[in-house]
Amino acid sequence: MTEMENPIARVRGLGSAREGGHHWWVERMTSVAAFLLYAWLLVSLLRLRTLDYGTVREWLADPWAAVPMLLLLFVTFVHLRDGLRVVIEDYVHDEGNRFFALLLVNFLAVGGGTLAIFSVLRIAFTAGGAAAGLR
Amino acid sequence: MSRNPNRPLSPHLTIWKWGPHMAVSILHRVTGAGLATVGAAALVWWLAAAASGVDAYRTFAGWATSPFGIFIGVGLSWAFFQHLLSGLRHLVMDIGAGFELSTNKFWANITLVGAVLLTAGLWLLIFWSHL
Repeated sequence: MTEMENPIARVRGLGSAREGGHHWWVERMTSVAAFLLYAWLLVSLLRLRTLDYGTVREWLADPWAAVPMLLLLFVTFVHLRDGLRVVIEDYVHDEGNRFFALLLVNFLAVGGGTLAIFSVLRIAFTAGGAAAGLR
Repeated sequence: MSRNPNRPLSPHLTIWKWGPHMAVSILHRVTGAGLATVGAAALVWWLAAAASGVDAYRTFAGWATSPFGIFIGVGLSWAFFQHLLSGLRHLVMDIGAGFELSTNKFWANITLVGAVLLTAGLWLLIFWSHL
């Protein structure tokens, strides 16, 4: 079949993974978001002074803690999945092993992230009434 | 896909003389992989325990405050600060700045020193606030 396009027109922005700079860009975006959200988490946890059961639940029952925590978890698990993917693509050379390693990373990231987000939601929706006397 | 095993390969880690820039580059991956596995597991365990109940949280807190847990915690916090600082350095390099040899080496060293200082500072603060 005759190619009517200049080869560069088909390749530009695509790269060997066929999706251009999207993955690279998402990794940078999530890194900046993670920087801000982890600065918030570190300051918040240090301000709590103690991390016992009641303190942590009362803290996460407040929307001003639960919402940034949910954002932090989303950003964390997207960023760690993208990061581990690059490491696997660079060092796991066998096609079959690479496929299963990427599958495992995706399953664990989605599973772990969902469990963490569900936990925060559960505390946010159930601990508030008991801890703060149904404000 | 078939691959010719005798194809020319670019030289890998083993033949280069180690410098701070190279160490920081590979540390960024090592700390990232550690945080993504051990760190993420600890984060999920902490939140799931807090959502499950007092007993589950007591089990988590027992592990976290044991000598082994503190060892893991110090390691994770160092990995966190190292990954954070080398990540910031990478963001600057993504803009195309900081590639001059001396500048590059200087900031690589700063991330190594900074990560150790921030880790020490964090744990001093934690132990000091619990005295």
